[in-house]
Amino acid sequence: MEIRPPRADRQAKGARGMGWSHFPHDADIGIKGVGRSPAEAFEQAALALTAAVTEAAVESKAEVAVRCQASDLELLFVEWLNAVIYEMAVRKMLFGQFQVRIEGKRLEGLLRGEPVEVVRHAPACEPKGATYTALKVEKDRDGLWSAACVVDV
Amino acid sequence: MDPDRFTHVDEMTWRIEPKGAMRVPAIIYADEALIRDMDDKVHEQATNVATLPGIVRASYAMPDAHWGYGFPIGGVAAFDPDHGGVVSAGGVGFDISCGVRTMVTGVAADKIPPLQKALADSFFRQIPAGLGSTGAIELDTDEMTAMLSGGAQWAFERGWGEARDLERIEENGRMAGADPACVSERARERQRREMGTLGSGNHYFELQAVAEIFDEAVAGVFGLKLGEVVITIHCGSRGLGHQIGTDFLKEMVVAAAETGIDIPDRELACAPINSDIGQRYLGAMRAAVNCALANRQILGHHARRVFNHFFPSADISLLFDVSHNTCKVEEHPVDGKSRSLFVHRKGATRAFGPGHPSLPAALRTAGQPVLIGGSMGTGSYILVGETSSEAKAFSSACHGAGRSLSRHAALKRWSGRKVVDELAEQGILIRSPSMRGVAEEAPGAYKDVSSVVMAAERAGLARRVARLRPLICIKG
Repeated sequence: MEIRPPRADRQAKGARGMGWSHFPHDADIGIKGVGRSPAEAFEQAALALTAAVTEAAVESKAEVAVRCQASDLELLFVEWLNAVIYEMAVRKMLFGQFQVRIEGKRLEGLLRGEPVEVVRHAPACEPKGATYTALKVEKDRDGLWSAACVVDV
Repeated sequence: MDPDRFTHVDEMTWRIEPKGAMRVPAIIYADEALIRDMDDKVHEQATNVATLPGIVRASYAMPDAHWGYGFPIGGVAAFDPDHGGVVSAGGVGFDISCGVRTMVTGVAADKIPPLQKALADSFFRQIPAGLGSTGAIELDTDEMTAMLSGGAQWAFERGWGEARDLERIEENGRMAGADPACVSERARERQRREMGTLGSGNHYFELQAVAEIFDEAVAGVFGLKLGEVVITIHCGSRGLGHQIGTDFLKEMVVAAAETGIDIPDRELACAPINSDIGQRYLGAMRAAVNCALANRQILGHHARRVFNHFFPSADISLLFDVSHNTCKVEEHPVDGKSRSLFVHRKGATRAFGPGHPSLPAALRTAGQPVLIGGSMGTGSYILVGETSSEAKAFSSACHGAGRSLSRHAALKRWSGRKVVDELAEQGILIRSPSMRGVAEEAPGAYKDVSSVVMAAERAGLARRVARLRPLICIKG
């Protein structure tokens, strides 16, 4: 399956507001994911991270498993994004599909993607790390979960 | 920001009086127009920094300040370890020792136009830039450790650059106190294939012409002549620094809670300087400084090689290499006594005035070069540190123009291709793997660098020496 982040509005919203979006920060970029569970919100936020880098299609040619843990859900969200950023950096890959499972303070994630092709992906930036700025993981009144923070690029 | 939220001390000094948990005041140096344009977050973040234990004199923000992480970008704060002072991973940031180096070529800018396209293409081919790029260098475990200890000196010993470069780099090219054992395996892995790469975001490689001289005497000391070409490189410690920032931010959030340090923002995560984690962070952070110094030394070598291919007789000498994301131990007079302080500069440049003992002999009478990156359309400045900056902000000045629009907003407003075409009409060639990246870095997304450096000058932080006009810009 290919994930094609849309170009113009810097967001992709599904049914009932689920999806991902970017929000502004003076120097860098805010990313937000919304889903029916924290795991889905984390998956959507990771799509927002990829969309901060490229507007091109990212094919699922290889799979990488990550694990992380933290003392609360917000810190776990930062750990998750930093795990994705680390794999992007050391493997020189982009990921277009994410599966997250959260049990208590532990997270297991599966990333699917392909090596960066500079001409085709035309990466606009290189994420350095997820920050605690504008960090929020919360459930709204409709029962939807959102996960957001600023990423230093 | 509303100027009425400050005590207006003088034309360029805006003070937030201590209240609540603030231990010291917060002081922003800027003119009224810059203050009005600043995000309210600068007020909030400068105030938060003023609450940290052991802070000395004040929490400062430079004229280019904008919303950062914990600290404002453009923030300066000094801490005394003997008074419970802290070191903050957030206060240094992810791009440890990000900085600027400028090299003087002695070549007249009017020789560039016939070769400009070929030069731009050669630089773009030779300088790995952007996500997915790798350098030709791969470090094994021993070489990584040697690099983390040796900085630009290590790079010179391996054949990158010249011996005379070293005294023109802060710390003579090698930050003392680095402890490679404090650098995680993940940080090392992120750096293994990244030496000699430019990175992305606001990092750049530029060929520039000296377009205006403000101080002939100091320009002469700096080797800057009107109409001559200089090369400027802006980048940092690459993946290694990013990972060290990530590793210690996480650890310090937990440690701050355990040691009872009440931080108003998790991004301000910090630890007492005199603590195990504080010392481990300093050891790792200094190793990242060495990584950045080595990286810019290697990039400087590539720049020389390419430029000398086109101009074989050009003698390319390093003017200076400054870092603007650091925590350094420095001696500063406080209440008439010299104290050893841990000075955090997050998006702020050290700016020692004339006579400072750490400056190389050739520059000592003039003062420290302060290298200010503008945008790819509007140009950059070279300033010189002022003696008055010591009392103003522990000898610090601005580091760039500072953004006025977010990447998000810039992307809505500009097309990268159009920006490239318009700059080409002005004689500025842009090379980048990403047109979207160019749009995000469009000149209009930045504050007017001229008003920022003018504010720094009028505030007594640093004085203008020369303005640089871009000719070629490589963006990651």
